[in-house]
Amino acid sequence: MKDLLDDIERWRTAGERIAVARVVDIEGSGPRDPGAAMAVTASGEVAGSVSGGCVEGAVVSEALAILNGERSAGIVTFGYSDDEAFAVGLTCGGTIHLYIEELDW
Amino acid sequence: MTLFDHYASRLRDAAPVALATVIDGPHVGAKLLVEPDAAPQGTLGHPELDRVVARDALAELEAARSGIRHYGPEGQTTPEDLVDQPTVRVFIESHAPPPQMWIFGAVDFTAALARVAKLLGYRVTVCDAREVFATRRRFPMADEVLVSWPTPVFEHHGHTLGARDAVCILTHDPKFDVPAVQGALATSVGYIGVMGSRSTHARRMERLAEVGVTADHDLDRLMSPIGLDIGARTPEETAVSICAEIIARRTHRRVPSLRDGSGDIHS
Repeated sequence: MKDLLDDIERWRTAGERIAVARVVDIEGSGPRDPGAAMAVTASGEVAGSVSGGCVEGAVVSEALAILNGERSAGIVTFGYSDDEAFAVGLTCGGTIHLYIEELDW
Repeated sequence: MTLFDHYASRLRDAAPVALATVIDGPHVGAKLLVEPDAAPQGTLGHPELDRVVARDALAELEAARSGIRHYGPEGQTTPEDLVDQPTVRVFIESHAPPPQMWIFGAVDFTAALARVAKLLGYRVTVCDAREVFATRRRFPMADEVLVSWPTPVFEHHGHTLGARDAVCILTHDPKFDVPAVQGALATSVGYIGVMGSRSTHARRMERLAEVGVTADHDLDRLMSPIGLDIGARTPEETAVSICAEIIARRTHRRVPSLRDGSGDIHS
């Protein structure tokens, strides 16, 4: 999160709305540990990462859906082990659980 | 100042802070910001839940761990209290200060080890009693360079060392090595490595025995000769073998440490 602060503060100063996705749990192998974060603005700017590039595109869509009011904050899962999981997966075969919310606190 | 502003300023200051967020259950998104020596800020929706999560968050912070914990809506933690209750899943994100590495001996290997340790996120202190060697100019990558004998450094700062920290003694000189080993053993530092050939090691063990370092639980803590048996030759390769050993000791992996083998270190 620390490496996102400069971007986040610049966006907040500019009045941009921001959603943040954080890795909260990993099953099997995963490239980033819990706490890894990525931020997405309503205009589609991105900072940080939550995987090795496998799921970032899908995370942007989820983040924008939250900022557009199409879904609420909550857990999003990417991977193969869960029937509920999104079709997008990690090439390493693990499952990654993210919590995505608007940064409005 | 918003909760985020406070959290951001702690992160910028590299000050310890844990952020607890409800990620599932009642009050999704509710937050509690927890720091040592200050009252928590924010709320997760119930005072008892706040109290229990704040307690757990401090423990997670101490261990530099982030992860999900489960509670009842009023902070219940025992399984029988959680029956027929909605589960509150709380993500605790810990931001602990960086682990420390203290390197004794301003020798050729020191700069390479300090560089690799910085890459891994350590706060690096280099210490040597010789003023001409222990200079900032020789170790610009170190966070701190001390001109001192080991004993006072351990007396003044040894209490700050914990399980995540490392002491690497690279001097090869018994008059420096022995007090550094004694100082390190008196702390709860997680890793103590001591450099030297197998014959240097044997002589050092005799010196240590002479000053009373004989207990198995002390000797078991010493990784001497320091590093993994990967045939490292250059200072940089040796630095990698030392840092890899530190990682493997922390994760309890079985890897060939030089300490547990015999034969030439540089084959």
